[in-house]
Amino acid sequence: MKQFAELFERLDQTNKTLEKIQLIADYLQQACDEDKLWAIALFTGRKPPRIAHTTLMRQWAARCAGLPVWLVEETWHTVGDLGETLAGIIPDTSENNRNQGTLHEMIHQIVTIQSLKDDSEKERKVTAIWKSLSRKERLVFNKLCAGSLRLGVSQGLLVKAIHHAFQIPEEVISRRIMGQWDPFTTTFKELILQPGENDNIAKPYPFYLAYPLEEETDIKNNLSGWLIEFKWDGIRAQIIQRKKELFIWSRGEELVTDRYPELHFLKDVLPDGTVLDGELLAWKENKPLSFQLLQKRIGRKTLTRSLLSEIPVIFMAYDITEWQGLDIRNKPLSERKEILYGLVSSVHSPALLYSPVMNAETWDQVLHFKSLCKGNGSEGLMLKKTNSPYETGRKKGNWWKWKLDPFTIDAVLIYAQYGHGRRAGLLTDYTFAVWNEHQLVPVAKAYSGLTNEEITELDKWIKKHTIEKFGPVRSVEPFHVFELAFEGIQQSTRHKSGVALRFPRISRWRKDKTVREANTLQDLKALLQTTGQI
Amino acid sequence: MSDLIISTPYGLYCEPADIFLDPWQSVPKAIITHAHSDHARRGCGSYLCHHHAKPLLKARLGDINVQSVEYNEKIIINGVTISLHPAGHIPGSAQIRIEYQGKVWVFSGDYKLHHDGISTNFELTPCHVFISESTFGLPFFQWPPPDQVFQEIQRWWMKNKSEGVSSILFAYSLGKAQRLLAHLQISDSPVFVHGAVHTMNEACKAAGIKLPETLRVSEVYDNRLFKGALVIAPSSANGTPWLRRFGPYRTAIVSGWMALRGARRWQAADRGFVLSDHADWNALNAVVKGTGAGKVFVTHGYTETFSRWLCENGIPAAVLHSQYTGEQTTETETAEES
Ligand SMILES: [Zn+2]
Repeated sequence: MKQFAELFERLDQTNKTLEKIQLIADYLQQACDEDKLWAIALFTGRKPPRIAHTTLMRQWAARCAGLPVWLVEETWHTVGDLGETLAGIIPDTSENNRNQGTLHEMIHQIVTIQSLKDDSEKERKVTAIWKSLSRKERLVFNKLCAGSLRLGVSQGLLVKAIHHAFQIPEEVISRRIMGQWDPFTTTFKELILQPGENDNIAKPYPFYLAYPLEEETDIKNNLSGWLIEFKWDGIRAQIIQRKKELFIWSRGEELVTDRYPELHFLKDVLPDGTVLDGELLAWKENKPLSFQLLQKRIGRKTLTRSLLSEIPVIFMAYDITEWQGLDIRNKPLSERKEILYGLVSSVHSPALLYSPVMNAETWDQVLHFKSLCKGNGSEGLMLKKTNSPYETGRKKGNWWKWKLDPFTIDAVLIYAQYGHGRRAGLLTDYTFAVWNEHQLVPVAKAYSGLTNEEITELDKWIKKHTIEKFGPVRSVEPFHVFELAFEGIQQSTRHKSGVALRFPRISRWRKDKTVREANTLQDLKALLQTTGQI
Repeated sequence: MSDLIISTPYGLYCEPADIFLDPWQSVPKAIITHAHSDHARRGCGSYLCHHHAKPLLKARLGDINVQSVEYNEKIIINGVTISLHPAGHIPGSAQIRIEYQGKVWVFSGDYKLHHDGISTNFELTPCHVFISESTFGLPFFQWPPPDQVFQEIQRWWMKNKSEGVSSILFAYSLGKAQRLLAHLQISDSPVFVHGAVHTMNEACKAAGIKLPETLRVSEVYDNRLFKGALVIAPSSANGTPWLRRFGPYRTAIVSGWMALRGARRWQAADRGFVLSDHADWNALNAVVKGTGAGKVFVTHGYTETFSRWLCENGIPAAVLHSQYTGEQTTETETAEES
């Protein structure tokens, strides 16, 4: 447990990929097999059952530390993370009374506690464990108990670390750890070390990524060799069918096949040796649903029937990199498109779409296509050379992306709150308002967009200009104006203003503007009218 | 009887003595608890402080009219007895004890209980009314033993050194930086300091505090000397071009805020070490109780939460408005230290 808590802390403190890989690989090499297995299980989002509701955990910790519950909650508002708060308020034990248990032993204890019927019995056991752990270990224990352990390690990174530790090819590891397995019933040897048949069939191609279109482009004068597509606002993905098995890889090099059951039929309809490149989109009635909805779908651990029908996902294909078992990345794009079009037509399913291709003779036509984007829910255009091969990684020249400008408004800062997570201890969660007649109504919360210097400056200003505190929220003098950028606007019954901004973020601190110059709610409603709900 | 110390727009004020305590505006007469910039501001007619704080104040505020006294030395103004008592926060830091017509008030300034090797140890001062800080006045803040933290820092430095990587420690230039110098084993390797730290080192030496020899980064012409070395700088240097001189390096922040994972990540350093010159939750409670005060005012930090907690525990407490900031996550120009 000590080593795993140490690993958790070190991973938490570094954002350097190589260092993370090294840390995980080191851990895996020194841990016993049971701990190795459980570490991989935790890294892939598997977890022991939750011991109790967090309300109960708060009460237990308050009693254990001899504090009133309100004070634990106040502290939680500042710290921002419940597991961390509860770990921190309990006094540390002396080194010699420490629990020497390993990670998997701890997990088995959690399972035992979870199965207890009586809450006071649970409390007694949890309190005893708290008292036997160090602060660092308590943090991990709390997160395990609450089912909220997030290690901030992507599947791709974990795969690299396992590869580093045991020299097994990465795509083989991906396939093994992303399949169905249960740490309670399998062993580390079975999961990772035993070779299987068809270990290599999941291997994806590296994605070809486009650069943003440059201001001064000569494509304008010579459009003949170019084709135009909509740029879809979903998740870039690759679909592989080899030897009657299907694999869906997302852009972050993650194997996500399980997440999209509506695409599993492709296993039987795509010919062996097919690899498609495209976008996963939440899609209904011939239109993409908002990215927010797609995120909601991704965020859920279990896919319920209602979720699947509320947010169905399709694959919008725009390239094919393998056909009849052959790597065709060097064929010109126009040829690949032809093959793809024929394939999609023959599959003839509403879940596999062919991303439309447009041709333009003049730049005005391109601008016309661009004007269609807001209406069809795409986020801009792609310009691709018709004779381009499918390249590796981010390359300039053959593919360009051209995103729509985000919307902006000027709004007034009216509330601030202590940041959670990485900005705890500073007032960094802001609420912004626009004018409705003579009143400021809140329209957006934004957390990002300011530089560290600006945050420090604003934090100080807020502390001196707080009007009122209610709980963790402070109302501040309406004085500062900020330009907010956002991706769209929608009607909302949850917000007093009646509108909700999508992905609002601070684009500029408008120190040159006075509060009176901020936008009005009427401005926003007008925008809602013109863009429609996205 | 009216309050002996009140909060005014200029600062905390003792009316019968007509003197301000750590004022945040220019006033004719000020008593200063310590030389951090949120407690010692420019522009006052005269300053009174402890002997050790005098050179520090001068280094900070320039040529000022300052008198200094020893701890426990009594000064009587208009029948008010004033004395300074060790606060253990930084060199020369003091609590201000004010006695008038049989009532004793103590203003803590900033304080800590751990012995830091450079400041005089905190001294509990019994009083009727205690005015306390509460920079870390939440039960979450419970400091690990400082010796353990120094060992961790030492290990981190030695590991970096073995890899030929420089170790850059961000710490307050007054107090924390010297505390590190006093505790790290630096006999066989040179230690380099940022100009701001150098200035404060010199001022501390002028106050009679013994510090190991250090080299100013700006005086070094050969960057190869930095290889594997320890460098101490204020956190305002983090992320600036000043770091470019140091080839491969790792950074760490030394602050009480590093107890918060969020602050640690947000500050973008490779490591965070939890070490503060402020009292933690347990120390705040022990001191407040130990003074025997029947009434407590809380000036800065988690003032509302801490005073509510004290009230519930039978110690009448209230917030006293001030502009002190306590330890900050970043050291900035206006509040360079606290
Ligand atoms: Zn201070």
